[in-house]
Formats: sequence, structure tokens, C-alpha cells
Amino acid sequence: MSVPRFWRRLKNLYNLIGTHCEKCKEYYYPPRNMCPRCRRTGVIVPFKFNGKGEVVTYTIVHSAAKDYVRHTPYILAIIKLEEGPRLTSQVICAHEDIHIGMKVKSAFRRLGEESEKGMIYYGTKFIPLETVK
Amino acid sequence: MRDVAIIGVGCTEFGELWDKSFRELFVEAGISAIEDANVQGGKIDALYVGNMSGGRFIEQEHLGALIADYSGLASLHVPSTRVEAACASGGLALRQGIIAVASGYHDIVIAGGAEKMTDVGVETTTDALAAAADREWEGIMGATFPGLYAMIARLHMHKYGTTQEQLASVAVKNHHNGAMNPIAQFQNEISIETVINSVMVADPLHVFDCSPITDGASAVVLAPADIAHKYTDTPIYVKASAQASGTLSLHDRPDITTLDATVAAANRAYKMAKLTPRDIDFAEVHDCFTIAEICAIEDLGFVKKGEGGKASESGMTALGGDIPINTSGGLKACGHPVGATGVKQAIEVALQLRGEAGKRQVDGAKIGLTHNVGGSGGTAVVHIFSRER
Repeated sequence: MSVPRFWRRLKNLYNLIGTHCEKCKEYYYPPRNMCPRCRRTGVIVPFKFNGKGEVVTYTIVHSAAKDYVRHTPYILAIIKLEEGPRLTSQVICAHEDIHIGMKVKSAFRRLGEESEKGMIYYGTKFIPLETVK
Repeated sequence: MRDVAIIGVGCTEFGELWDKSFRELFVEAGISAIEDANVQGGKIDALYVGNMSGGRFIEQEHLGALIADYSGLASLHVPSTRVEAACASGGLALRQGIIAVASGYHDIVIAGGAEKMTDVGVETTTDALAAAADREWEGIMGATFPGLYAMIARLHMHKYGTTQEQLASVAVKNHHNGAMNPIAQFQNEISIETVINSVMVADPLHVFDCSPITDGASAVVLAPADIAHKYTDTPIYVKASAQASGTLSLHDRPDITTLDATVAAANRAYKMAKLTPRDIDFAEVHDCFTIAEICAIEDLGFVKKGEGGKASESGMTALGGDIPINTSGGLKACGHPVGATGVKQAIEVALQLRGEAGKRQVDGAKIGLTHNVGGSGGTAVVHIFSRER
């Protein structure tokens, strides 16, 4: 991903800032600048999520795309945030501990890197809410 | 609106075709389709070509012009349009062709698809395919296509008790069908154990749960139904052409185990054709992964939600079963050159309806359906074809 493209999303990726529609009260992460419910009549403002959520489903990726090959195997999951929206991220925990319904919280982590001399991506991954074992 | 018919079909072999270029593949498919239709090149009014990622796979864009040129149609200035909707590009190109003929804007139209995927390494291919998902919110988190469908599979297993063996039974059945299809990439039988013991790609999906990386091209010739008999004794009539959008990201889907774009496209298609799922004799569905076929037969209304795994294991979807699915071998065994797949599905249905499917012929096939999906369900295209107008 290009530097400006990543840079535009820094606040969203680093601090889990999404958006909120003040008209229908819906929360969006990833952020949307148009509310799909209210469309042009919606009132969209930034919103910082508390970072707590639950694993909806998950997989362990063994075969990755080129920038992520060095990270395999890793846990990829869909997480439902307490405020409602769902997002895709990685969960950092022992592979035998991951399960549907697991309570998790956000954590600032390295996402990946383009190559040895390329850009390093940081962003939000998730860790178990309570330390397992 | 005018009724539309397929009057000719043509397809290359599907596989790792290292000795053939993108343009050679499309020309080969196109020529065999127009020869099958008995049409002179000068009669062609327009071309539509489905292609997902020429830019990434062969570093070539402007594919409409390339294809018109190398098909010998540039001197006639035949309009040629590339259509893109990830893995549904072919189905969409077909739909654009049908709309062009139905509207009266064009008479003879070629709708095709092509993808040349093996000129780059597998990690680049994986990354190019991942662009069908949301790059900024799924891809950057390390999501791959097998990873997304694995998450659908995991939840399907959790909610409905679907098993690894049921997933594997889809691959076993599709390899069995592919073994009878001379263009298929894999023409060999496999067992449940082959699938379950194969290397893990994204848990719970093994490599044998996944469709392969494939080169190939496919094309059909479309004409107004009123003049179809001028060209062929066996026109295949388009009874419905429907398309629907869903959320780009899997995490935004209301139910992660339902491709609601498939449900919407299917409902529109059934309404358009005045048919129900029970009227469909056989179907080519988008089995990019084994779980995708299980979801497809549920979302198309052939079985109840959650019963796709059991239905697959029971033989209901095998040749000779209640509703044979993917007689071509599907994406799994016939191969999945992404842009070509949606058109290849229509070709398989046309061959079945013409009674020309050889050893994999469905007895008494009268009405067939095709189902082509882009990404994890952001686009779905459903077509219904009939032997009778």
C-alpha cells in the first residue's frame, strides 16, 4: 500500500477511530463518510472505540500474500466491537486458545512490512481480554 | 426487451498453460465460439470481455482493444469493452452482452472472459486476488481469500455442525466430474482422505478445499432469439440474467455464512424466469472453496440454510442426484481462470442443454442455472438458461 494511502488512515489504524452517525446513532468501523442507513441526511462525526470486543469467527492463515509471508501462521479473525461494528484483524494468542466468543481487546502492533527496506505498517491487533492460563 | 439466445460456445483447455499468452488464449476461445455459431467475423457488433487483473497478472490494461485487435476486429472498429468484478468478471461480461442484445442496441455479440494467472509467482497471485477484498480494511490485516472463506467455514461449522468431511465431499464430487471433462485442469479422482490430509492453507481449509490458479479463456456468441435458428439448431435461451451487490467486506455482511448478494440475485432471476429453485435441473455454482459451494446451494434455495454440508455428503448434488452441481468439475477441478469462469459456467450449461456433455451428461436436462461470485460476496450474478424459449 502506498505511503499516502496508509498515512490517510493512521488515526483510524493506530487509535481505532471510526465514525458515528448522530442521526441514526449507528457506529462505523472501518469509518464511513456516508451513513448507509441515512445516506445524504446522516450526520457523520469521528468516534473512538473502546477497543473491547468478541471473536465472531477466525482462521489460522498458513499461506499468506507476499507482504505477510514472514508472519505465518497467524490468527485472522472477525471481531465484533462492543459498540456494534465488526472488523477484520489479527488476534495475538496461543493458537490452541482462540475460539468463537473469545473476549478480546485492542493492542498497538506491527501489521507487516513491504520488504526489508520498505515501509513498516503499524496498526491495531487484538489480544485476549484476560490473560489465558 | 428482446429474448436472447446463446448460439455458439468456445473454451480453451484450463490449466497451467505456460506456452500460451493471454491474447492467444482469448483468440482461441473466440474462434471456437464463432465457428460453433457459424457466424462471420464481419457480423459481430460488439465484444465484452471479463477480466479481473490483467494489470497485476500480465501488466497489461486496455484489454478490450487488445482483444479486438488480435481477434482481427480492429480494422472493423468493433466496440470492445473489458468488464471487471473480481471473480465475477466473466458472469458480468455475459450479462453486459445479454443486455446489449436484449435492448436492441446490438445483434451479434461475443461475451467472453480470460485470465492468465501463471506468469507471476504464487505470492503475487495471492496478493492480486486479495484485491477483490477490501485492501484498506481486510488486506492490510493479512486477509487472504482462503482466509476469508475459512472464516465463513469456521462459523458454518460452529452454527450448523458442518464437518471437514462434508467440506471435503464437495471437492471429491467435483474432481469426479472434472475427470469426465476434457478441458478440466484436474481430470483425476480424489478421496476424502486426500482432502483432509492435504496441506493447510487457512484453517479449516486445506489446499484441496481451494480452487487452483489457472490460465484459460471462454466465449459465447449471443443473438436475438428471433434469429437464433438462422445460425444453429440448438439455441440456448436466456431466461434470466440477474446481478446483485453486497458489502465488499465479509465483516460487514449481516450474516457471515450467507452471501446475501447471491440470495438477492437468485430471487431476481427466479422472478424474471417465473421459476422456483425446484424447477432447476442442474447448476454451475461458484465453488472457489468447498464451503462456497455449500453456501451457494443454500443461498440459491436448493437446500435450507445450514443443510448444505449434509446435502453434499448425501450425494444429492452428484451426477444422478436430485440436483447435480458443477458437472464441469466446478472451479475446484475444472479450474478457475477468474475472468473466464463465469462464461465457462454458461458454456457448461449450454453443452448440457444441447445434450453434448458426454460422460457427464445430466439426463433430461432442460433448465440450468449459473452462479458467479466476486470476492467474498460483494457481487453475485445468476443466470438461468433453457432449451425451450
